[in-house]
Amino acid sequence: MTYIAKPRMHHPTLTTNKVGYTRRDYEGPISTLCAGCGHDSISAAIIQACWELDIEPHRVAKLSGIGCSSKTPTYFLGASHGFNTVHGRMPSVLTGAYLANRDLLYLGVSGDGDSASIGLGQFANAMRRGVNMAYIVENNGVYGLTKGQFSATADRGSKSKKGAINTDSPIDLVGLALQLGATYVARSFSGDKEQLIPLIKGALAHGGAAFIDVISPCVTFNNHSGSTKSYEFIRQHNEAVSRIDFFPPGEEITASYAPGEVVDVPQNDGSTLRLRKLHEDYDSTDRYAAMSYMNEHAARGEVVTGLLYLDPLPTDLHTSLNTCDRPLNALGVTDLCPGSQALDKINSGLR
Amino acid sequence: MKRITAINDFVIKFANINGSGSASANELFSKAVMRMGVPVSPRNIFPSNIQGMPTWYEARVCEKGYHGRRGGVDMMVAMNPQTWDADVAEITPGGYLFYDSTRPMPASKFREDIEVIGIPLTEIANATYSDARQRQLFKNIIYVGALSVLLDVEAEVFEKLFAEQFKGKERLLDSNKQALHLGRDYVKQHLKAPLGIRVQRSDKVGDQIFTDGNSAAALGFVYGGATVAAWYPITPSSSVAESFQKYCAKFRTESDTGRQRYAIVQCEDELASIGMVVGAGWNGARAFTATSGPGVSLMTEFIGLAYFAEIPVTIFNVQRGGPSTGMPTRTQQSDLLSCAYASHGDTKHVMLFPQDPHECYTHAATALDLADRLQTVIFVMSDLDIGMNQRLCKPFVWDDAREYDRGKVMSAAELEAGKDFGRYKDVDGDGIPWRTLPGTHPSKGSYFTRGTTKDAYARYSERGPDYIYNMERLNKKFKTAADLVPQPKLRAAQQKTDLGVIYYGSTSPAMREALDVLETEGIHIDALRLQAYPFPQSVVDFIAQHERVFVVEQNRDAQMRSLLINELETNPAKLNRVLHYDGTPITARFISRSIRDIVRPKAGTDSTRIKETA
Repeated sequence: MTYIAKPRMHHPTLTTNKVGYTRRDYEGPISTLCAGCGHDSISAAIIQACWELDIEPHRVAKLSGIGCSSKTPTYFLGASHGFNTVHGRMPSVLTGAYLANRDLLYLGVSGDGDSASIGLGQFANAMRRGVNMAYIVENNGVYGLTKGQFSATADRGSKSKKGAINTDSPIDLVGLALQLGATYVARSFSGDKEQLIPLIKGALAHGGAAFIDVISPCVTFNNHSGSTKSYEFIRQHNEAVSRIDFFPPGEEITASYAPGEVVDVPQNDGSTLRLRKLHEDYDSTDRYAAMSYMNEHAARGEVVTGLLYLDPLPTDLHTSLNTCDRPLNALGVTDLCPGSQALDKINSGLR
Repeated sequence: MKRITAINDFVIKFANINGSGSASANELFSKAVMRMGVPVSPRNIFPSNIQGMPTWYEARVCEKGYHGRRGGVDMMVAMNPQTWDADVAEITPGGYLFYDSTRPMPASKFREDIEVIGIPLTEIANATYSDARQRQLFKNIIYVGALSVLLDVEAEVFEKLFAEQFKGKERLLDSNKQALHLGRDYVKQHLKAPLGIRVQRSDKVGDQIFTDGNSAAALGFVYGGATVAAWYPITPSSSVAESFQKYCAKFRTESDTGRQRYAIVQCEDELASIGMVVGAGWNGARAFTATSGPGVSLMTEFIGLAYFAEIPVTIFNVQRGGPSTGMPTRTQQSDLLSCAYASHGDTKHVMLFPQDPHECYTHAATALDLADRLQTVIFVMSDLDIGMNQRLCKPFVWDDAREYDRGKVMSAAELEAGKDFGRYKDVDGDGIPWRTLPGTHPSKGSYFTRGTTKDAYARYSERGPDYIYNMERLNKKFKTAADLVPQPKLRAAQQKTDLGVIYYGSTSPAMREALDVLETEGIHIDALRLQAYPFPQSVVDFIAQHERVFVVEQNRDAQMRSLLINELETNPAKLNRVLHYDGTPITARFISRSIRDIVRPKAGTDSTRIKETA
């Protein structure tokens, strides 16, 4: 069960990061998901990314909806406040939390049923508002907790464990995020942590609506032949357009590459994303090219992964609303209440 | 024919076409009467439509200050040919019909038993203005001018109102003055004035203000410290959020930076609005949404989450006629049960019942305090009658020494000092646990918020005893709420009586008048106005002290009565229903007749039967 804490003992020489935490401090209780579940790999990648980014764990708010993926925030960042909301509605709760306090980092964790089926409307609207968040969908094309029904991201023709063929077109969350104005859009695979960890780091440092669709096979209900979300299928069809390296603010970038192979993209917070291009013709800063590239490759049955689109100068909801620097939840009566004199004036205007 | 004669006590109804600019002219008329020191209570009766449909504005002029709808029409200003027949038929015998006589009407279109006043409004407007829109707009001002002479309202009062309204816009000021006098001059030259009904200077308005409940609520949210508002447009609540935006722009913009100390999001639906309010409340900002019945229906899953996970949420519900889409532009008090028990499983929610715009203001601010104190959902149950009509009421008050009650929020220092933190633990005996806000302390006080069951330390648990502990504590918290909410107000009868009446919300003005009327007839009733649910002990005592208690409300199913029976285990036979639910505001005539019919069954016959009209 989720309250089973991991033993606190660890090796005294375990390395600490710049804010004094060991990797262990970013963990949570023991996962209750199935052994081999892709979601646990994503949790591990989140832990690694936060530790490497020197984020203080309590300055992260982790929010999720309902489902296997939405259970995972219990299993990482035990010192953070978490909120398991209602099915498909994490985006609105995260938006409200972000409005209340702009100073925390917001990590939204959801699944394909949660974001593409029941919660498609909230997913879409959070993207178009530019909520400053890292939104991760752990996408396995299937409902796990209710035992194996298709979700809205299941490919047409994909076969369920019981043998049923999905006849509906899939919803492509990456395509939607691109179209709706997300400023950081990536796809990855839970089995590829070298790709995933830097992508999560980039998303957390982004400063706008960052979305990562992580294909995360369900070992119990969707890892068989005929499934398009199995480990085997993804490994065979994974088409990575880029590898990224993440350099925190002020860190010297030493590795050298031949001209044309890499693009360094400075981020709002001073960090740098180094894109190692795997496909010469792919431009990660062109939203429309990214959309058509995705569509062409999807038609060929390829699963394009990597950082697909990045706007290095994103705006976010607080900028759009022109809210003050101080978090709204820190304002008190003297900051907010116009007082009795102003009220007297209002009264006389109403006579 | 006997004409109706009355000074400062009549009902005038304006029949217009919506979108014709009549609303502001009619409001001008009401304001002018009030500037004469005579109370007026106007009501908009309007369609769910933008342009071209019939709309009415019914103003009750009443020196005694009864703000409820009276019923009956003494004077009809018939400006809409579409509704002419019904409008003319509605006039009380001996009453007055005011109409635009530019085009001749056949005699069959009038009545013998009323006085007909024809003024060629279109002709006057067309002779003066060439622009089509101006002709339309100033025709409205011309009829107000004509009425002002017929009803003896001073021209200076209008001129002062114009001067205030068009300060710095001299051209508008002059043209409005001109239109007003066109109307006034015509009447002076061609007609006998004043009529049998008229206005006379008085001093009954005092320092009262004239405003609508929705903008008053918005002001309450500004003063009460709401910083996050998330909403979805729905009649009749939209102007709450829009007024909040307007007041915030004025009062919450930092003078040095131009930045906003508030965030307002118009959402994609009510699920998102309540979701954002839940997220903001969880994260320590004061947040509200404004909606109406259909919106509450959509929000119910989140309402259950906020109840069970204990998150401060304020929902301002401007009720309209239900069920389903119902009557979007008509008033009712029919969401009580759906709000009191909103969401699946065992849930209960606090509700406040404002009686007028003044209380929309106070209850909005109070609701924010209560939401933080009780860490739960607080409904403010207004309705269309209060929300979208201007009403004379007490001026707004704010005590500058007042602090916001942020409830039990554990600080970093308290956590550091080693104070035990059990998110769902009752440490103070009032059922209210302590909470922490995200980001407070590096290693202490974090917890996982969820809609699933948990133990007192917020750890997931499906153990029966943990569940029972939590549910019983929530019940205890609800009992605590009964003492914290605004308490019932008693109006004792002039002499001892075994009759009682319970009422709430927008029924107040009609009730007050009905009690006066019944008192003069020798029917003495103690009256208790409920301001909130859950009910404190005083409600139990009130019912116990009376043999028969009327429960007056504006819904079909006697929802407050059900709530009283269900929560207090009151004997149902003791509680008499008095129900008005046709979508129009309840009247004193309806209440007094209903009670009279029960108390004195034989007396309630023809002489007291009054035709109710929309």
